[in-house]
Amino acid sequence: MTGAEQGGGDMTADNDHEVVLRLTDLVKTFPGVRALDGVQLEVRAGEVHCLLGQNGAGKSTLIKVLSGVHRPDSGTVEWLGQPVSFSNPQAAMKAGIATIYQELDLVDDLSVAENVFLGHEPRRLGFVRRGAMAERTRGILGSLGHEEIPARRMVHALQAAGKQVVSMARALSQEARLLIMDEPSAVLAHDEVENLFRIIRRLTARGIAVIYISHRLEEIREIGDRVTVLKDGRTTAANLSAAQTPTSELVSRMTGRTIEYVFPPRPDEPPAREELLRVRDLSRAGEFRDVSLSVAAGEIVGIAGLVGSGRSELLETIYGARRPDTGTVELAGKALRPGSVGSAVRAGMGMAPEERKSQALLLGEPIYRNMTLATFTGLARLGFTNARRERAESDRIAGSLDLRPLDVRRPVGTLSGGNQQKVVVGRWLLGDTRLLLLDEPTRGVDVGARAELYRVIRRLAAEGVGVLLVSSEVPEVLGLSDRVLVMREGRVVHQAPSTELDEDTVLDLVMAGSLMEGAPA
Amino acid sequence: MTLSEGTGLQTPAKPGPEPAPPGGRKRPWAGEAGESVTRNLVLVGVLVALIVIGAITQPELYGNSTWVWTNILSILQLASVVGVVTVGMTFVIIGGGIDLSVGAIVALAGVWCTTLATQSYGAGGMIFTALVVGVAVGLVNGLLISYGRLVPFIATLAMLVAARGLAAAISGKQTQISANTFINGIASTKILGIPVLVYILAAVAVAGWILLNRTTFGRRTVAVGGNPEAARLAGIDVKRHTMLLYGLSGLCCGIAAIMLTSQATSAQAAMGNLYELDAIAAAIIGGTLLSGGRGTIVGSILGVLIFATITNLFAINGLSTEAQNMVKGGIIVAAVLVQQFRFQSVTRLFSRT
Repeated sequence: MTGAEQGGGDMTADNDHEVVLRLTDLVKTFPGVRALDGVQLEVRAGEVHCLLGQNGAGKSTLIKVLSGVHRPDSGTVEWLGQPVSFSNPQAAMKAGIATIYQELDLVDDLSVAENVFLGHEPRRLGFVRRGAMAERTRGILGSLGHEEIPARRMVHALQAAGKQVVSMARALSQEARLLIMDEPSAVLAHDEVENLFRIIRRLTARGIAVIYISHRLEEIREIGDRVTVLKDGRTTAANLSAAQTPTSELVSRMTGRTIEYVFPPRPDEPPAREELLRVRDLSRAGEFRDVSLSVAAGEIVGIAGLVGSGRSELLETIYGARRPDTGTVELAGKALRPGSVGSAVRAGMGMAPEERKSQALLLGEPIYRNMTLATFTGLARLGFTNARRERAESDRIAGSLDLRPLDVRRPVGTLSGGNQQKVVVGRWLLGDTRLLLLDEPTRGVDVGARAELYRVIRRLAAEGVGVLLVSSEVPEVLGLSDRVLVMREGRVVHQAPSTELDEDTVLDLVMAGSLMEGAPA
Repeated sequence: MTLSEGTGLQTPAKPGPEPAPPGGRKRPWAGEAGESVTRNLVLVGVLVALIVIGAITQPELYGNSTWVWTNILSILQLASVVGVVTVGMTFVIIGGGIDLSVGAIVALAGVWCTTLATQSYGAGGMIFTALVVGVAVGLVNGLLISYGRLVPFIATLAMLVAARGLAAAISGKQTQISANTFINGIASTKILGIPVLVYILAAVAVAGWILLNRTTFGRRTVAVGGNPEAARLAGIDVKRHTMLLYGLSGLCCGIAAIMLTSQATSAQAAMGNLYELDAIAAAIIGGTLLSGGRGTIVGSILGVLIFATITNLFAINGLSTEAQNMVKGGIIVAAVLVQQFRFQSVTRLFSRT
């Protein structure tokens, strides 16, 4: 049904190993989004099975279903030959499926041993047997080749790599037979990755299966046995050989579109534009370095990059929500006070932040008060708010954005994600916004509202507003922007007019250039 | 969805007010203030019930209309000083903070405005001193919290201890008699048969209502308490506003200090004891969310009146203050429980797995 193909999977030597996990036609929907739309996956004992897919392809949701956080709407999960449905994470863990998330969920103020056995401490008469616990922890750490980590050391004293080992020890202490690792190398330095691979090989030698998620193709080629590719919630290729599948095939499986993006047409002739935003050598330790960029009036500039590439941090720093270590931001030739949102807003900047609910909205307050959150002072007289005018102005904007339902007195928390986003964008249409910063403007937004948001953004540009846009979705960046910057590991590594780029090239640049090298084609 | 972001003293997770289900029944008053109107009507009902209980337990007294009028006035007078403090407290809590130092500020302002030196400047000098001391101490609280990044609970707890200490030092632990006839006359004067203190409470409450509901200051307060990050990213100076909120609370304490000094015709370091608890309790009963972002002045005033009526009810029935405190404690718990059940509709309770 989904066009999933059995690629050259049987090339690998795992045929003699039993299948521990089999997913068939897994579907999971959230309001407005079909996160999983027919996923097939087969994992054998003792293999490293890699999951590949762009942001939003459904990898995270899939992990959450496997680890018992979400329950699938339909489809079957077969674990050790039995159909199962985990009602909570504890149930999955008890069955032998352990998940190591990117943000390692350890308790910083407990010791290594206490973390390893958290929730299943060896006990006698209700008392924790601390000695036995430490002893067994040492045993497990030893089996991972890390006896140097002291069992009684506080976890916060460990580096990220050490914490990751503790997380794996925790999984082993519960006799996990499947270990799911979500981008484990993202928190590691380069030489630590080798060590991680060594541990993984020890695990697989004991027959433990590993689902390994990474954006870095070179890692997948090195540690992986088989690869399953997800796109838009579907399996587009299953059980490819990790070592031998040509890069071009992997990329095309990841990118071939099925979601229709409807982008408004670009103006034929870009008018002579005056420069609006000028960022020079902006740096923040650990986030991004020496970023220089400019946005002209009426121009849409898109930033493509993975989560963690520093793109959101960059946007927030330009906006003044974070203070840069070095560098300057100028709007229309006027330098902004570093680290001051007020200064940016007064100069005519507006931002729709990444996390709509926690960063942008007062969910219990009416729509119009959310729309006027940045402008109510200007609409007021002598400090008295003018609710009638605020409602009238909001009504006007809501109408032009096709907000539904069109009742600005309703609490904004009752709207759908797409309409909430319209409120956030609408906030900046009320004032004299000259530059709009958009961080993931269509996350959690359904297809219809997406197209409307695109139209609004394009219309704003036509009116002379500059737009700086960040998105994980490469087609969105390409389709909407006039010019594209690619960010990787805190640096702008490439920029070009969007007409000169295609999706594969951008993906390639975004993913550490790894697709270019070392692959048999 | 993230779990509720916990900071200090908090009520549990705060979902938005339950939206009316699409196509559900419409309530005639369900405008933007619908939620709080309903809640305040409930509070009025509680108040009426308390009065009815009083009438049932003491039918002879309630048969005497002169006595009833006098009793109502004494309840209002009892509520007036705490009521003024509660208005300031309501702003602080809506703004996402808490002020434990209000009682101590009342004492410090009271003591400072009744020193012999201050009294020599006359009534105007005394009132000015009380207000300035209140605002200044409040702003120090605000500075520590906004720019020193102290947790409000800790900063104002420290101020509670320090301000009372300073008050004791200034007064030399003595009761300072007020010799000013104008100040002393405030509490004993009635206009149209109603004590001036009640007018002061009414004026502060009305001013507070306007400030919260009709001004940019009030709008910022709700934004800063409801979602500080959103407020910040919308260009609101969250730190400055937070500081001003504590200054406002201090101002209310200054006003309350004058009222209390007038009532006692004296001031001492122990005055205003435990006002912080009364004010916080009244605000919570009035529907103010401890995590910030929601609350009403009307609700808080009703909360104060309910407490004062309970005190009065126990007094006229000759019951002990111990029993009275237990009942008050129970009412606080009940109020919070009712709030939670209002916000998590029955369907949500059942849909939980």
